[in-house]
Amino acid sequence: MNRVVITGLGVLAPNAHGLEDFEQALREGRSGVRHLPRLEELNFSCQVAGVPQGYEELAREYFAPDRLVAMNSGMIFTGIAGIDCWRDAGLPLPDPVEGPVDWETGAVIGTGVGGVDTLGEVVFPRVKEGRVRRIGSTSVEQTMSSAVSGCLGGLLALGGQVTTNSSACTTGTEAVIQAWWHLKAGRARRMLAGGAEGASEYTWGGFDAMRVLARGFNDRPEEASRPMSASASGFVPGSGAGILMLETLESAQERGARIYAEVLGGHVNCGGQRNGGSTTAPNPEGVRRCIQGALASAGLSPDEIDAINGHLTATMADPLEVQNWAAVLQRDPKNFPWINSTKSLIGHGLGAAGGMECVASVLQLSRGFVHGSANCQDLHPALEPYATRIPHQTCETDARILAKASFGFGDVNGCVLFRKWE
Amino acid sequence: MDQQTALEKVTAIIKPYAKNLAPLEEGNLDARILEDLGVNSARLVDIILAFEDEFGISIDDEAADKVRTIQDAVQVVSAQA
Repeated sequence: MNRVVITGLGVLAPNAHGLEDFEQALREGRSGVRHLPRLEELNFSCQVAGVPQGYEELAREYFAPDRLVAMNSGMIFTGIAGIDCWRDAGLPLPDPVEGPVDWETGAVIGTGVGGVDTLGEVVFPRVKEGRVRRIGSTSVEQTMSSAVSGCLGGLLALGGQVTTNSSACTTGTEAVIQAWWHLKAGRARRMLAGGAEGASEYTWGGFDAMRVLARGFNDRPEEASRPMSASASGFVPGSGAGILMLETLESAQERGARIYAEVLGGHVNCGGQRNGGSTTAPNPEGVRRCIQGALASAGLSPDEIDAINGHLTATMADPLEVQNWAAVLQRDPKNFPWINSTKSLIGHGLGAAGGMECVASVLQLSRGFVHGSANCQDLHPALEPYATRIPHQTCETDARILAKASFGFGDVNGCVLFRKWE
Repeated sequence: MDQQTALEKVTAIIKPYAKNLAPLEEGNLDARILEDLGVNSARLVDIILAFEDEFGISIDDEAADKVRTIQDAVQVVSAQA
């Protein structure tokens, strides 16, 4: 079995674009959550969201007009983060039309909801009006579930497996684990992996109706995302993309690539929507088995975990998540790993969450810090025993092994383990 | 509508879809939209819709299928506009 390392990172998040900016944003606790007047016009209860700032202008810099006419926001986020990741891995960008295909590189780029902005703005109105002809030619490639991976495959001339996974909010982390399996088994030399989610009121409306989005912070957007807080009132909807270049160690060393971290292990499973689990809530046993499975796949013991980048969305599930980590790791609360939530700064990117948060996780490991988890000074009472392990300000650390988990509707779980490359 | 105005409008509509702009910039009426301008064949649908919007006309599928060059496009829109 191949060892698998990370040789490139790309991110377009609500609080930053690019690695240097993202590291700075994480270190200084910069929030990307903003009030969106459009959500107020539409009578959303939650009128704040995380959207990559200035992405339309970036899109014009990155993509030729003939390509941009068929790219919705999720595809644009994917393209920008994917191209950045490719460059960061030290690979030359291919010619946009001609030239060789890279038969040894593939992609697993997930999305949770997909091109619903195109459906809502273009397809549904025209079909209902009986004007199907006016839909034009670009809707299918923007609304097929694999729109994000298909888009990236064309931009980068990928010739390996190019596919999209979808498992709600576990999506991005699951993509990394799928790519890891693929490379371990020797099916490719490199895989781009991560998640993307477009910015759309059509995506967020359903969550608002479920009353799971943040309430009461429309006039204080930067305080709205409050994972682990006693005053958490729901998650802040987000969007963006985070993409990692996974590569076999052999390939990385052969071409002298810079290595950020090694993917040591990972596991995905489902709680079966039983014993406390449902479509919208996790079966605790499923979560624990997932974390245990990841540890077992890496051959790690629970005391070797130095840091956790949690799922931690700012709902009532946060204390339950920490309880599940504690049950598996069996660590004294004062000796608990550092635990933080990147969602406190960027909101919940849904299908993009795992991708952006895996980038944040690898950046933290490789650059020796754990970012402050914002807006939880009023820690949830159930989390008080862990208070010293939840950083409010960024700390410099020598953490070597980080566990990243994501959980999603459908009672699905994913956990991946990264080790700093030394 | 005079031919020059029609050509300018047709060119402006096709331009965002073209990978190769040189024939448009040269005003080459014989330039083939797919082969010479490098327009993705699927986008002909969008170009025809944009002609309809710009010139306030209706182009049926049979007429649309005959549009292969810039000259063809100018003729189709001029015939109705």
